[in-house]
Amino acid sequence: MSPAAATSAETAVGLLAAGGREPIVSSSLGRDALRRLRKNRLAMAGGGVVVMLILIAVFADVLSPYTYTKTNFGRLNEAPSRDYPLGTDQLGRDMLSRMIYGARVSMIVGLGAQVIVVLIGVPIGALSGYLGGRVDLFLTRFVDVMYAFPRLLFVILVMSALGAGLLNIFIAIGLTGWVGIARQTRAQVLSIKEKEFVEGARALGAGFRRLLFRHVLPNALTPIVVAVTFGIPEAIFTEAALSFIGVGINPPTPSWGQMVGEGQQYLRSSWHLCVFPSIAIAITMLSFTFLGDGVRDALDPKLK
Amino acid sequence: MLNYAIRRALWLVPTLLAMALVTFLVMHATPGSPLDPVAEGANPLSPEAQKNLAQHYGLDKPLYQQFAIFVGKALRGDFGNSFVYRTRTVSEIIVDAFPVSLFLGAMALALAVAGGLMLGILAAVYQNRSWDYVSVTLATFGVAVPNFVLAVFFIILFSFLVPLFPTGGWRTPRTWVLPTITLALGPMGIMARFTRASMLEVIRADYTLTARSKGLSETPVIFKHALKNALIPIVTLLGPLFAAVGTGSFFVESIFRVPGMGRFFVLSMTGRDYPMIMAVVLTYGAFLAIMNLAVDLTYGFLDPRIRY
Repeated sequence: MSPAAATSAETAVGLLAAGGREPIVSSSLGRDALRRLRKNRLAMAGGGVVVMLILIAVFADVLSPYTYTKTNFGRLNEAPSRDYPLGTDQLGRDMLSRMIYGARVSMIVGLGAQVIVVLIGVPIGALSGYLGGRVDLFLTRFVDVMYAFPRLLFVILVMSALGAGLLNIFIAIGLTGWVGIARQTRAQVLSIKEKEFVEGARALGAGFRRLLFRHVLPNALTPIVVAVTFGIPEAIFTEAALSFIGVGINPPTPSWGQMVGEGQQYLRSSWHLCVFPSIAIAITMLSFTFLGDGVRDALDPKLK
Repeated sequence: MLNYAIRRALWLVPTLLAMALVTFLVMHATPGSPLDPVAEGANPLSPEAQKNLAQHYGLDKPLYQQFAIFVGKALRGDFGNSFVYRTRTVSEIIVDAFPVSLFLGAMALALAVAGGLMLGILAAVYQNRSWDYVSVTLATFGVAVPNFVLAVFFIILFSFLVPLFPTGGWRTPRTWVLPTITLALGPMGIMARFTRASMLEVIRADYTLTARSKGLSETPVIFKHALKNALIPIVTLLGPLFAAVGTGSFFVESIFRVPGMGRFFVLSMTGRDYPMIMAVVLTYGAFLAIMNLAVDLTYGFLDPRIRY
């Protein structure tokens, strides 16, 4: 059952019930999904880790024992000790503090880039699907070409053009990431705009804007939400990958990907430089993926 | 069908042209030029020398002319000289490096498809039992964890702690093991997750029930009736898998020091090696586009319900 049908069916049940004596507590699609999500233990564990990471990112200044730039040239590449719980890096900076600030970069990129992706992708997809005709043809062709591009290659190209830096990472991910969401939105809008309830609203005299924003888009939301949940780890991965090869975050701001990239050459002598940020990336990616799987299954149980 | 194939093949031309154009524009919109004296590996040059060089490489012409010249030459397989590796043409470098990447990619893809199918089938047949959880967890791990992170773990585990394989190189088959596994795990996860979903759908279908009720044992039901039908949608997955292996190879190749195309990704871009950038992007783009075309055509061939 499509989400649109689900909501209208529930409304119908609610209306029928309202006609009877006892009002039935209606359970909306969102509440239903939330209930299903809560039952999914893996997803909840993932969600728990995500909340923790966000808290670490927000309170990085309070949590980290040192600043991420403080160097101690007497103690380079040191293994974990009491002073430095996760050891020091090649410049004698505290690994733990740098890891904590690294969480901030990952979270900002993961969540922030999705805002840009949605802001570009959804309007383009919606307009393309809703207006049809020449606009659609042009936009689909454009999207097809963008889709054919090896994604990461294009991001690297854009980054080497713009130069390293957080803002440029947003731009690069935004420029390349909207394509998938635009496609999804277009497909949804195409199928929904032919549905009877849209026809009905149009017959009642609803204008273009009202039709699109009140009737079509809200019903197209499910796959967009799912795409966004999976977009977050993808953006985190992209940032880590870019920083790993040195075109991502500008030093001295720490990023996990950059730490793995720099630590890689000391892998044999100082394993901790590479291993801790690697574990952090792995845990973060896994948590977001489990949460994303959960959200997808909760919103559309049929897919499970 | 033939019509469709020809139309799709012709559509490759504008796609590649657009790709070349976008790359060209992004490249030239970039501040800094290959003649920039502060660029990596460049000598500080006098203005006259710069002008001479620009003339020699055709960089003094207007952009649209440069693009037209590039396209004309590229059609004849001539991508010019690399700006960074000055003694070699781009085509020579690619002819050397591409087969290595192709070989690594093919091994990784084969492993990914075989392993992914196996994990996916196991998970679907034993749905919600321990085999399911094991393979789903393994698949999620492969999908979620970036391959440069996996590479770090593998090197520590299988090169340092248990010295089974070397940390890098490409001489002996022993050196192929770790890069191949690292590169394969991501696509394998994608494959396993998709196979599981596809198998579950088919296992619940009426014709599987029919096969069971006519008394067939489990093995032929799964392999002859279910798997055959479940495989059809999985074929479409090969396109994204090629892409995953292709872009993944940069990280894997640079970590394990494999002499393939991967290392030219970033070297060419940060070094403003225009001819090399164009060649790398177009080689990958063309390869992926052709593979996608092949996949789509195979799909139509396998599933008689699809008509073009």
